[in-house]
Amino acid sequence: MSQWINLTALWKIIVIGLLAGAGLPALFAIGLRALNTRPQAASAPEGDGQVAAVSGGGVLGMAAAVLCFAVVLAAIGWGIYSIVHNS
Amino acid sequence: MSSNDVLLGLVVVTALGFDFTNGFHDTGNAMATSIATGALPPRIAVALSGVLNLVGAFLSFSVAATIASGLVQTHLVTLTVVFAGLVGGILWNLATWYFGIPSSSSHALIGGVVGSTLAAAGGHAIQWHGLVSKVILPAILSPVIAGGIAVVGTYLVYRLTNNVVERVRGRGFRIGQIGSASMVSLAHGTNDAQKTMGIITLALIANGSLTSGTKAPAWVIVSCAVAISLGTYIGGWRVIRALGKGLVEIESPQGMAAESSSAAVILLSSNFGYSLSTTHVATGSILGSGVGKKGAEVRWNVAGRMATAWVLTLPSAGVVGALAYFAAHGMGGVTGVAVIFVVLVACAAGFFLKSRQGAVTAKNVNTEWTGSVVPVPAPAPIPA
Repeated sequence: MSQWINLTALWKIIVIGLLAGAGLPALFAIGLRALNTRPQAASAPEGDGQVAAVSGGGVLGMAAAVLCFAVVLAAIGWGIYSIVHNS
Repeated sequence: MSSNDVLLGLVVVTALGFDFTNGFHDTGNAMATSIATGALPPRIAVALSGVLNLVGAFLSFSVAATIASGLVQTHLVTLTVVFAGLVGGILWNLATWYFGIPSSSSHALIGGVVGSTLAAAGGHAIQWHGLVSKVILPAILSPVIAGGIAVVGTYLVYRLTNNVVERVRGRGFRIGQIGSASMVSLAHGTNDAQKTMGIITLALIANGSLTSGTKAPAWVIVSCAVAISLGTYIGGWRVIRALGKGLVEIESPQGMAAESSSAAVILLSSNFGYSLSTTHVATGSILGSGVGKKGAEVRWNVAGRMATAWVLTLPSAGVVGALAYFAAHGMGGVTGVAVIFVVLVACAAGFFLKSRQGAVTAKNVNTEWTGSVVPVPAPAPIPA
């Protein structure tokens, strides 16, 4: 079997793939959630999109969201870095 | 100018032509979901993807050589063999594009080259083990893995944002989609532009202009990068529509999950030296994003049609490649190649004209899916 498939590479692709490919969108989702939760939605200015932190969980939510988005951006940066440096 | 120079010139032009079809055939891999959800206007989407393909083509040069070496015995490859292989790849790409099927451009190219090599030198010229372990097995595994990751991603994303206001959620994920689709475009440039660079390099080696093991010269890199990005910008609207509207009725959170999974799998695999088909990965991911969302409609008959085309890609392109070799070789030398080149151009023009009869464009690409690639079934007149 192993002369046909590199099993080490296979499981690494699956595990890291899950972390990056499913984990990052999930983190992005957590960020969005931290910015906008329903309880305050009554006062939420609907027109202004997800940037309107007023509808979110206050300072804590804002900080959590920034952290999430920062991690996502860092991962993208790492992805580009890895393309360039594996040549 | 010797006849050999003419031959080499024809091969290079044909290779760039293939690169161009590769670009427009695969625009949908990166941009189909973003266009379908309205994250990007169609024209902007293909322009962005074209630019990122151009940038991507200059980022890395690791896969360039692997397309040929390890699959065929390169010392048995002649210019005519490379040419015939490219003819097989281009014709299969055009046919699948016409029917709006996202089939793998890499497989079309590999199939064509393997077919023409078989025709020229027989079975011993093919490295069958390499073909199975580097091409066929990854082709079976990669859409499954990408699809699985997209299922998990889609499930998590909907689960985590179920109490976020729908309008805000849609908007947020459309922004996320632009980012993830850009990564797929970049990865496509690094992967697929290199395949043509590898083919032209192979032709130069076969011609004796380069010694074996040399890297692609700068003019090859630049011309391939430009060809693939132009092709991407033209946009294969038929394939975009089939992927973005036909396969799954897609929303922006699904789109982001699908593209993230595609980008992760493509980048990781090329990291381990697998130059797999971005098309298979992207299709698997989009399908997965449909499975992962409760109540989403997945059109399995469309998926089945695509899978059938994938299975047929290697042998069909191979048969065309072999036929092109026999024809060109039978007529002999430059004349044979020139005649087949003219036939190829005529076929390409034919496909183009036929596609105009019921055109899919930036304007009607997002029309509701009613079972056909061309939105409003135009009364197709039978050509006399």
